[in-house]
Amino acid sequence: MNKLPLIIRREYLAKVRNKSFVIMTFLSPILMVAMVVLIAYLTKLNDNEKRVIAVLNESDYFSNEFLTTESTSYVNFRDIDLETAKDSTSNLGYYGLLYIPKASDLEQVAEKSFFYSKDAPSTAVLSYLESVFEERLRQRRLVQLGVTTEDFAAIDEQFEINISTFAGEQNLKGINEIKAFIGGAFGYLIMMFIIIYGGFVMRSVIEEKTSRIIEVIISSVKPFQLMMGKIIGTALAGVTQFAIWVVSAGLLFLIAFAIFDIDPTVVNSDPNFASSMGGDMAPKIPNGNEMAEEYLKELFKLPLALLLFSFVIYFILGYLIYSSIYAAIGAAVDNETDTQQFIFPIIMPLMLAIYVGFFSVFSNPHGPIAVGFSLFPLTSPIVMLMRLPGGIGENGVPLWQFILSILLLLATFVAIVWLAAKIYRVGILMYGKKPTYKELFKWLRY
Amino acid sequence: MNNILVTNGVTKHFGKHTALNNVSLEIPKNSIYGLLGPNGAGKTTLIRIINQITYPDKGEVFFDGEALKPHHIAMIGYLPEERGLYKSMKVGEQVLYLAQLKGLSKSEAKKRLKYWFERLDIGDWWNKKIQELSKGMAQKIQFIVTVLHEPKLLIFDEPFSGFDPINANAIKDEILHLRDKGASIIFSTHRMESVEELCEYIALLHQSEKILDGRLSDIKKAYKNNIFDIGLETHNGDALLKELSEKFDITTSAYDALQKQLDLTLQLPSNDSGPLLAYLTSKANVNNFIETVPSANEIFIRAVQNKNGYE
Repeated sequence: MNKLPLIIRREYLAKVRNKSFVIMTFLSPILMVAMVVLIAYLTKLNDNEKRVIAVLNESDYFSNEFLTTESTSYVNFRDIDLETAKDSTSNLGYYGLLYIPKASDLEQVAEKSFFYSKDAPSTAVLSYLESVFEERLRQRRLVQLGVTTEDFAAIDEQFEINISTFAGEQNLKGINEIKAFIGGAFGYLIMMFIIIYGGFVMRSVIEEKTSRIIEVIISSVKPFQLMMGKIIGTALAGVTQFAIWVVSAGLLFLIAFAIFDIDPTVVNSDPNFASSMGGDMAPKIPNGNEMAEEYLKELFKLPLALLLFSFVIYFILGYLIYSSIYAAIGAAVDNETDTQQFIFPIIMPLMLAIYVGFFSVFSNPHGPIAVGFSLFPLTSPIVMLMRLPGGIGENGVPLWQFILSILLLLATFVAIVWLAAKIYRVGILMYGKKPTYKELFKWLRY
Repeated sequence: MNNILVTNGVTKHFGKHTALNNVSLEIPKNSIYGLLGPNGAGKTTLIRIINQITYPDKGEVFFDGEALKPHHIAMIGYLPEERGLYKSMKVGEQVLYLAQLKGLSKSEAKKRLKYWFERLDIGDWWNKKIQELSKGMAQKIQFIVTVLHEPKLLIFDEPFSGFDPINANAIKDEILHLRDKGASIIFSTHRMESVEELCEYIALLHQSEKILDGRLSDIKKAYKNNIFDIGLETHNGDALLKELSEKFDITTSAYDALQKQLDLTLQLPSNDSGPLLAYLTSKANVNNFIETVPSANEIFIRAVQNKNGYE
């Protein structure tokens, strides 16, 4: 009878019945949704606070340029002097007073205009006022210089360089970055999964060692079977957890947004999110519906089937490689505190893959660094996924690179699992001493 | 075939260290076989080889006449010295899981488990976690895990460590009972008292080599050195003692003039004790005349000393 399914089943159940695992599974989405909802709600509250700004305009250059918005309204004072205006502003509890004096020329106006407020004004308010102020004065200056209003409108047009491939295919700006970003999200997911569930595998091995059940078990099954059962069972528990997270977080968001009446785009369109992930290379969020549609169309052209297929392949192979290293580490040590020296070398290629991916793949998906890291087996699951949204073949990843990367990954998988199983087999029966790398190497020959 | 297990020149190295050197054993069926030796002698390595946890570098192992193969695992029950159970797993589930790993079906395992729970006085522990049990209780569960699949060969490595005297006795009775039902048992220990009680055969490992093996009674015979405990009733003990000490090698002696009782231990040059007994009967009233048999412990120590002496 095959014992592997039995082991997988036990490891799976042991994991999903674990209290802290259950709590994490159900609490995380709630916490996450609560955080986002809270932020969105607070932002909304913040915006709901109406500011009233008094405007005392004595000049001829302004008439009614300050338009009431959702959060700010403007009250025009007339025929009172500055001191009275200041007093009334503060008595009425207004946010502040914008004073534009009567002056003969633009420079004078600019010099003598002031914004009075109780505390220092918020940058958002000030920058809006300044932009209107500046715009109006510039317009006036141009009129003085003899430029008509129509001409002025014409000046505002943007001049851009369009981009195209040699084949004549027109590209949208920033689309490469968006694509790499989507691939990067997949890669990031793989990294997180490896770190979280690889750690679970390791802890589970240590637990078997410290509880001394290990020898009972391996007198019934092969250490290799136990190791694989553990790795697969933990992965299934992880997939379950991820699935619950995705589904429940989605549902909770819907419910929460319905209850609190928050427009989901408030959250999704937060430009900080994109730019914080991609640094300066993050794409500019296109304004205008037409542009957005163009981008959407381009995104629908992404090779989704290819992406999903390779995600599954790289995910499985990458996870198996790393988690068997984790298992070997767990077998080599007696307790978790001893794992640090071995963990660092595992995390490093993962971090490297993410950072190299975000910097070099974003700027040049097919440059030498990107190619190198997408072939190197310990980083390829992450980096190759960042390159793949460009497709395979022309304009994308050359087919030979894709195949070579998977072959290298497969070869590494076989080699690493074999090595890890050897260390595991010896390590689980060794107690009491903290092994060095030299000793681990010796174990390979036992 | 009268042997359940035969090892033939088994050798195992770990790096430069030799854990077992050319060890050949024959373990008879339906008996208790004591595998003895000081710590680090290679007992655990040998047991692990029998359990196919590790493999010998050289030599062969035969199980019931066949070369040892993975499918034999289901016929071996092993209670390791370093033992434990999953702490946060429930008792019932855990035993079922371990029994299934040994190839038992779930329903069969359940049935036998009930029998053992009753037999060892284990009540409603089914849904308890191991961490809620006392150490002795956990050991009982561990014992059940070892025997549940009714193996032909049982290997107990220091089985009584961790048991209180009452439970240790209960387990000892169970081991004897299992032997009576036909199981063969390897019993590894460095505690000699239990060996005397249980083992029919022994093998002695020392520094990775077998230095002694065979039927315990035969070994004892071979290790006898003609020492006799003698108790005499006589009026003139001092004179008799003096007379005897001229002819024999007397190790201890005591004369109680009041009780007219002379006790002494002496060694004969050969095993022929007839002339001495005849002589003593003519001189005094012989209360006891016993040839002392060396304890397993003595044999153990002497064998190890001999071995060291040769080197």
